[in-house]
Amino acid sequence: MSIETGIQNPEAAAVPPPGGAPAQKKKRAPQGHNRLLTRRDRVTLGLMAGVPTILHVALVWVTALASVALAFTTWDGIGFDSIKWVGLQNFKQLFTDNPQFWPAVEHNIVWFVVLILIPTPFGLFLAVQLDKKIRFTRIYQTAFFLPVVVSLAVTGFVWQLVYNPDTGLINSLIGANKPGHYIDWIGNPHLNLWAVLVAASWRHTGYMMILYLAGLKGVDPSLREASALDGANEWQTFKNVIFPTLRPTNTVVLVVTIIEALRAFDLVFVFNKGAQGTELLSILITNNIIGESSRIGYGSAIAVVLLVISLAVIIPYLIATFRKERRA
Amino acid sequence: MSTPTVALAAKQRTPVRPARVLLHVFLVVTALAWLAPLLWAMFAALRPYSETSAKGYVSWPDKLSFDNFTNAFEQSDMMHYFGNTLIIAVPAVLLTLLLSSMVAFYVSRFDFRFNIALLLVFTAGNLLPQQVIITPLYRMYLLIDLPGITVSGKLYDSALGLVLIHVAFQSGFCAFVLSNYMRMLPHELTEAALVDGASVWRMYWQIVLPLCKPAMAALATLLSIWIYNDFFWAIVLISTGDNMPITSALNNLSGQYFTDPNLVAAGALLTAIPTLIVYFVLQRQFVSGLTLGANKG
Repeated sequence: MSIETGIQNPEAAAVPPPGGAPAQKKKRAPQGHNRLLTRRDRVTLGLMAGVPTILHVALVWVTALASVALAFTTWDGIGFDSIKWVGLQNFKQLFTDNPQFWPAVEHNIVWFVVLILIPTPFGLFLAVQLDKKIRFTRIYQTAFFLPVVVSLAVTGFVWQLVYNPDTGLINSLIGANKPGHYIDWIGNPHLNLWAVLVAASWRHTGYMMILYLAGLKGVDPSLREASALDGANEWQTFKNVIFPTLRPTNTVVLVVTIIEALRAFDLVFVFNKGAQGTELLSILITNNIIGESSRIGYGSAIAVVLLVISLAVIIPYLIATFRKERRA
Repeated sequence: MSTPTVALAAKQRTPVRPARVLLHVFLVVTALAWLAPLLWAMFAALRPYSETSAKGYVSWPDKLSFDNFTNAFEQSDMMHYFGNTLIIAVPAVLLTLLLSSMVAFYVSRFDFRFNIALLLVFTAGNLLPQQVIITPLYRMYLLIDLPGITVSGKLYDSALGLVLIHVAFQSGFCAFVLSNYMRMLPHELTEAALVDGASVWRMYWQIVLPLCKPAMAALATLLSIWIYNDFFWAIVLISTGDNMPITSALNNLSGQYFTDPNLVAAGALLTAIPTLIVYFVLQRQFVSGLTLGANKG
């Protein structure tokens, strides 16, 4: 393909890109490459990168920093004059006085532990089964994946129909739908977290299944053949050959699961607005805004706790990812 | 997709294996269990409330009809809320793709100093829980006056406000995916154009973007479903029920039909229909979009 046709007819070049350009060349190129740019090009490039960056930084990072700043103040939200610096008072109050804070932290942890221990391995198991080139695999995949497509708010309503004390599926089936024999899955603070987690796991399984299916597609078939030739059975092959090669997928799965646990909100909000038994950090923050009380500094202090935990996961993950990319 | 010949031959030699049959039985049962909550909602929605309240929910239906669906649709003015979602989702998806592809182009095709740092900022921002930024964001939206531009006269309680936060938030993920994709395109392509005096914009618009079509299609599918499904931003940043997009409006509507779970079921299922259609039509794009980002880990 000549250079000219490549430019004038970009469609002609729409073949799968054959790998990256040689890294050395890229290293050597920058100065000459960038020097070719005209002034106008530089302005264009500046705008192309600048506009999205300003929008993203202003709405995401400036607000995140503002959360940190506000966490050390009290503010009722009416006029800037009422902002008062209070130092660590919000945090002190949060850690010692707030009856909802520690339960919320605990529930977020429980959320993660349950997701990583039940739906994640189950999603992996389903992926391994569906990777066996069996018939109808599309149909099975769709059934397991459907909950991921449906919004969490709708999922919340659908599961409410299942858990409803007098009209719900579960109580109707086990005969607990008569007055006096109710099992109140949503109202009982000892049950509701687990009830919500069933719904969350229902969704998470499909998500994990798809991630693992994609990972399994990348496993070199010759590894399986070699393992079969060595006389390994299915479990041995999986344990010693397949699973170790899924390492990158496992990292993604771990990070995704932690973030899902920290983000959990919609399901609980639809269920019971995070009342007794289902408190979560995300819910406490939101209730500070849309509830009747507007304690901005206090709400921000909770946001900072959530921010610190999130960054502790996000930063090492991204550094590792980007480092690997640069080496590649 | 072509099945490797080895596997095909193996399949032909052993037509029915007990292990396979067992696997299918297991998968059928599990798949049905997985669909059970949705099927239950469907069953409830197809029956009138008077019948279920008299006979109980687990009972043989006398007659099934779509009455609940039509009632939910008309009584709650769902068309209006679907419209609200459309006004938010279409610009948000298009703008996100445009802006994030520009950032991706910048970081993947040119060697400036802060490329990786810039991409890190975008990607990390997308991974933050939304609640981390909501308090100041909410205050900021209340402070920004836009008389004559939005109905509310502020950024708060407006479709524009939701579009902006969706674009800002989602462009992190898209910039990451698209920059990975663009990096795979041969460098000679843009270098040659540059030597020939093509402008940077032309390189982006006429050479790089057309080659990114598959990734853009996958991301567009994913974004439409995510933005359609958004609940949180709308719950906090929209105060007038009438301005709400469909998923958060459903939350308000369910209060109205509190006494009729069958109607709620119909409403919830109606809300899910557009995402299901998008998914079934563009299944391949959706799944590849999800894994475009994840495989890079």
